Order: sequence, then structure tokens, then C-alpha cells
Amino acid sequence: MAQKKKSEVTKQGEQNKHSLTPDKKAEVYDFPQETYRFWYEKMLLARRFEEKAGQLYGRQKIRGFCHLYIGQEACVAGAATALTKDDKWITAYRDHAHPLILGTPARAVMAELFGKVTGCSKGKGGSMHMFDKNVNFFGGHGIVGGQIPLGAGIAFAEQYMGTQNVCICYMGDGAVRQGAFHETLNMAMTWKLPVIFVIENNGYAMGTSVKRTSNVTDLYTLGEAYDMPSEPVDGMVVEEVHLAVARAAERARKGEGPTLLEFRTYRYKGHSMSDPAKYRTKEEVEAYKQQDPIEQVKRRMLEKGFGDEAYFKQVEKEVKAIVEDSVQFAEESPYPDPSDIFKDVYVQEDYPFLKE
Amino acid sequence: MRLIQFREALREAMCEEMRRDERVFLMGEEVAEYNGAYKVSEGMLAEFGPKRVIDTPISELGFAGIGVGAAMNGLRPIIEFMTFNFSLVAIDQVINSAAKMMQMSGGQYPVPIVFRGPTGNAGQLAAQHSQNFESWYANCPGLKVVVPSNPYDAKGLLKSAIRDDDPVIFMESELMYGDKGEVPEEEYLIPIGKAKVVREGNAATLISFGKMMKVALAAADEMAKEGIEVEVIDLRTVRPIDYDTVIQSVKKTNRAVVVEEAWPLGAISSELTYHIQRFAFDYLDAPVRRVNSMDVPLGYAPTLVEATLPNVKRTIEALNAVMYR
Ligand SMILES: Cc1ncc(C[n+]2csc(CCOP(=O)(O)OP(=O)(O)O)c2C)c(N)n1
Ligand SMILES: [Mg+2]
Repeated sequence: MAQKKKSEVTKQGEQNKHSLTPDKKAEVYDFPQETYRFWYEKMLLARRFEEKAGQLYGRQKIRGFCHLYIGQEACVAGAATALTKDDKWITAYRDHAHPLILGTPARAVMAELFGKVTGCSKGKGGSMHMFDKNVNFFGGHGIVGGQIPLGAGIAFAEQYMGTQNVCICYMGDGAVRQGAFHETLNMAMTWKLPVIFVIENNGYAMGTSVKRTSNVTDLYTLGEAYDMPSEPVDGMVVEEVHLAVARAAERARKGEGPTLLEFRTYRYKGHSMSDPAKYRTKEEVEAYKQQDPIEQVKRRMLEKGFGDEAYFKQVEKEVKAIVEDSVQFAEESPYPDPSDIFKDVYVQEDYPFLKE
Repeated sequence: MRLIQFREALREAMCEEMRRDERVFLMGEEVAEYNGAYKVSEGMLAEFGPKRVIDTPISELGFAGIGVGAAMNGLRPIIEFMTFNFSLVAIDQVINSAAKMMQMSGGQYPVPIVFRGPTGNAGQLAAQHSQNFESWYANCPGLKVVVPSNPYDAKGLLKSAIRDDDPVIFMESELMYGDKGEVPEEEYLIPIGKAKVVREGNAATLISFGKMMKVALAAADEMAKEGIEVEVIDLRTVRPIDYDTVIQSVKKTNRAVVVEEAWPLGAISSELTYHIQRFAFDYLDAPVRRVNSMDVPLGYAPTLVEATLPNVKRTIEALNAVMYR
């Protein structure tokens, strides 16, 4: 077997290195106003929605595990503009922003958080299991790494059926330590599946920093073991996300197979609502907030003249209204009927459940 | 006697055994620097250091197998699964390695290992985080499966599990970690494989284990208010099962109900029911009943949780049914 080309693995002494790119100048990027507005509006929606969800969790309107995406919004928004409506999406349990940005009504996502029958998974999934076939969102999955083979399988079906579609498959930095990741990357590359593997490297898997889980902390280099095109991306810069996903999608659509992208990003909140996040410093969190993806986009829009203060105020107002409306809708919706436990378990309608 | 939490009882068991035997170590996700996802191992890194309290990546299959290999070669690992839902990622090493090694090697390689962590639902955590695999593991020869219901039992049983030369699956519950119970300062062990009659009575035998003991005991309390004394048995271990204690009780009460959180098909309740009809058939005054979770994955909404899990009401109905009340 040929020798593996291994990019030099840098050993970091300090915290996980996220390439904190110095703030990009607006002229570096050439995207139309419409795209910028989409990014700003969707990211702000996800942000405000989740801030609200966090409050409602405190008031016990939302129960169970609840993982917020705050800080990571560009990872979805940038990909959404780089892909088509027919492309497929799948992720782990940190899954509120994906459907929201893809166009699932905020009402359906909030109702799901409340466990209401009007939720996008009929109240059966809750925070960790958002699904919305209408926007090709194949769901939020709770077993770390479990969705990685599924993403490749979704891509396998696209290849099999001869479409031009790709699947974008998200995972956390913690998930790349699962065997399923390595098995799947190998097969996806061998079979040239049209899948884009995205590692949302937010530096931590619960309380465990990336550097404590492996000698390999430049996670994109893991793809090189399978000769998979792989690159790190500044996940706080929505334009960079878009460009990287567009390159990967083009390769996949040409039949050249998968790509591994490492989005370097950060979650501002704890792992879940019950995590006080004592394993990191305030300074570290602050440093990332300085790179805030929404603020960055806003700055560049102002520079490009793609939005003025009136516009930003208006968006803030509209987003607030959408979020408020989603809460009211969720509040007023009914819980699933107890008899619903026997629904949706099998396709077979008269499946003989054991009742005693 | 002093009262301590379930999690403290587990921690004491591990610490005492680690002080006693250098070969014992704890490995799992977030067990060391984070002090345990549910704070069971709080302070253990400080006492024993990183050689013996080891954080792993999220690599269940790998660290379960590393535990088995280490056990084959002279160590006595405690492998923590953050929850047993995630043990499914590792189940190959548990079933195909840990449970088989002693027999495959003709007795040359015992595997003295404990796999421990919480099992079952913990509120509204939805389908992938709310599962009971007690009967799956109990089905497999080569393993022992312990499911304690209170701090006292947890400590004595975990110490026995760690000292046991065979692989032990030790199942706890997030919902019990905060429970307080009487635990003496002095050292004690509780043997694996012995059930306990926790409440005596003649009206019917109510058998359960683990977190569902709360449901069983609450149902027995309710019945007692009506003057009906139910005998309650805590199995404590579901492999091996202490059939003798169960059969003796059923021969006395002539009626039996089993409460279990797992799904009904192929459950511990099915197993007990078989044994009762086989070995106490002539003593039974009514068919054995059971109360399991409904035959469905657990949904997130509170109405679905309520409709799915075993509860006191269903248990009382089952007791009334076997008593023809
Ligand atoms: C197989 C498995 N093991 C453990 C867990 C518990 N768990 C849930 S999230 C998590 C950390 C995952 O971190 P990462 O992949 O980096 O994703 P992030 O939460 O940062 O988005 C762990 C250990 C799980 N859900 N599944
Ligand atoms: Mg992470």
C-alpha cells in the first residue's frame, strides 16, 4: 500500500486552535445583496429563536436535553446558500438551526420543543429529533456519530438513482472519534458518494476539549487517511462556509465523491442547558464573540451598502415577531393524544402491538 | 444511620475498591476532569490521578474493548457508559468478547470487568435516550447483570461486582442518583444473584428491580391502605435470577405481578412468568400479570411518556386483576 500522505500534525500546547481569521474585508467577497440578506435574516432568526428557547427551558416549557447552536449559525446559513433545494441534510442533536434556516416554520420547531402535536416531529422527538421532510432535513440524531453513516447512505441513494443531489452531513468534533466516522469515510471515498461531511468543531465535546481526545487536533486531516479532499474552514465567516460547501458540492455533483470540511466554530452556551461550562475561560468565550458570525455579516453589509440601520431594525422587529408568534402557537397547541404512542412506530397500520 | 445519595454510594464502592486493589481503574467519557456527567465519579481524579481515572474520547466500542483486553491481561476495569443507550455502540465487545472469552479460551482468560452506567428513561429524553437493555444483556450467558434500586444495595453490589472475576453489567439510573438512603460507614458486600423480600405480605407477590421498585413499593403502599398486604421482591440481579426467592413467595401468595421498565417482548417479566408457571403452576390462583413499558419507543411529549411507562395505577390494576378484585 502506498504511503499515506499525512499533513503535518501540529501539536497545540494551548487551547484548540481555531484559525481566528482577522476580520475579513467586505471587498474580499462577491455575493449579491439577496444572499447577504438571507444570511443575516436567517442567522438572526436562529439566534433569537434559541435565546427564547433558552428562557423557556428555564421556565420548564421545554424539557429533556436542549442543545443550543448559538455562535455556530454560519455553519448552516453558509451551506444553505451553497446548495439547492433538492440537496439533503442531516445532523446530530444540536439541530434547531438547521430546519429553521432551511425554511421549516419557526412555529413547527418551537412546538416540537414544547412537545406539541403540531411540532415538526409531532411532539415525539423534542429538541434532539427535529425532522422535516418538506425541506429535506433528515433529522437530528442523538447517538454521537450515528448520523454519519446515515448521511453517506442518503448520498448513496442519490448516486444510485442517478440524481445530481448531494447530502450534507454534520457532526461534532467529538463524533470523529467514533468508529462509524472512519468506516463511513472509507466507504464514501471508495464509492465516490456525493456527500459533504462537515465537522462542526466547536472545540469541545461536552467538557472534553479536542486536544484531550487525540493527537490529531486538525480534524480535517482525518480525511487524508482515506485520500478524501479535506479542508479547514472558518466557521464564523458565513462566506467562507458558502465557498467551501460550494466547492465540495461541485466535486460531488461531478462524480468525484465526498469532501471533509472542518468548520472551526464555537458554541457560546454550555453543551446543554445543564452544563455550567467550567472547563473553559470567559476570555476564550469573549474572543469568539468578537468573531460573531452575525455581527460580521452585518458589518460587511453596511460596508457594501446592502443594508442600513433601518433595514437591520426592521429585521430585528420581524424576527422578534416570528419568534413570539412561534411561542404563542406552541403554547396554544395541544399535546399529542396518549393513543398516539401507537402511531408512527410502524408503517403497517394494524401492527399487533403487545398490549399486556 | 447516615443517609447518602445513590451516586455517593456508587462512588464509595469504587473508591474503596480502588484503594484496596491497585488493578482496579475507572474509564469512560467525562469521568475524570468533568467529575462525571452525573457526578458519580466526583473527586476521583483528585484522589487517584489520571492513571486510574481516565477520560476517553467518544469511542465506546474502542474503550469497551480496551477494557476487556486489559481485564484479560490482569487488570480489573470499571468501564462507565454515560448511559447504556450508548453501550449499543460497544455491544459487540461486551457480547462477543467479554461474555465469551472465558469459555472460548477453555477457562484460560477470565474477564473481570464491570460495565456500569444509567439505564432506562430519565424523563422527556425521547426515543434514543430512554431504553432498557437489562433483558438483552441478561439473555447472554457469560455475563452477570445487576440492577440495584437503592443506595445501600448499590454500594454492596458494586463492590461485589468489582471483586467478581466475571464480567458484570451494572445498571443505574439518572433519576435515582440523587436518592438518599441509609448506608453504614462500615464495609459490607451484597452477593450477586440474591433477591430481597423488601416487604412481606400474603395477598400477592409483586416482583421488580431497579428504578421500578419505586413504582412497586408505591403500589404496595396503596394496597396496604385498603388492608391488602402485598409481598414485594427486589430482584437486584437479573442474571442470575434468584428464582428460589420468587417461587417460594408465589407458593405462599398464589399470585404474582411483575413490574419492569423494559419493553414486554422477551423481557425479564416473560422469563419470570415462564418460571412461575413451570415451577409453581399448582400454586397459582390466577394467571401472572406484568406491567412493562408499552411496546413502543418512548416519545418526548409528557402525554406520551405518561402513556408509555409503567406506573402505580397500572400496577394496582394488575394486582387487582390477579386478586380478582
Ligand atoms: C454514542 C454516544 N456517546 C455519548 C453520548 C453523550 N453525548 C451527547 S453529546 C456528547 C458530546 C458530543 O460533542 P460533539 O460531537 O463535539 O458535538 P457538540 O455537542 O459539540 O455539538 C456526548 C458525549 C451520546 N449521545 N452518544
Ligand atoms: Mg463539539
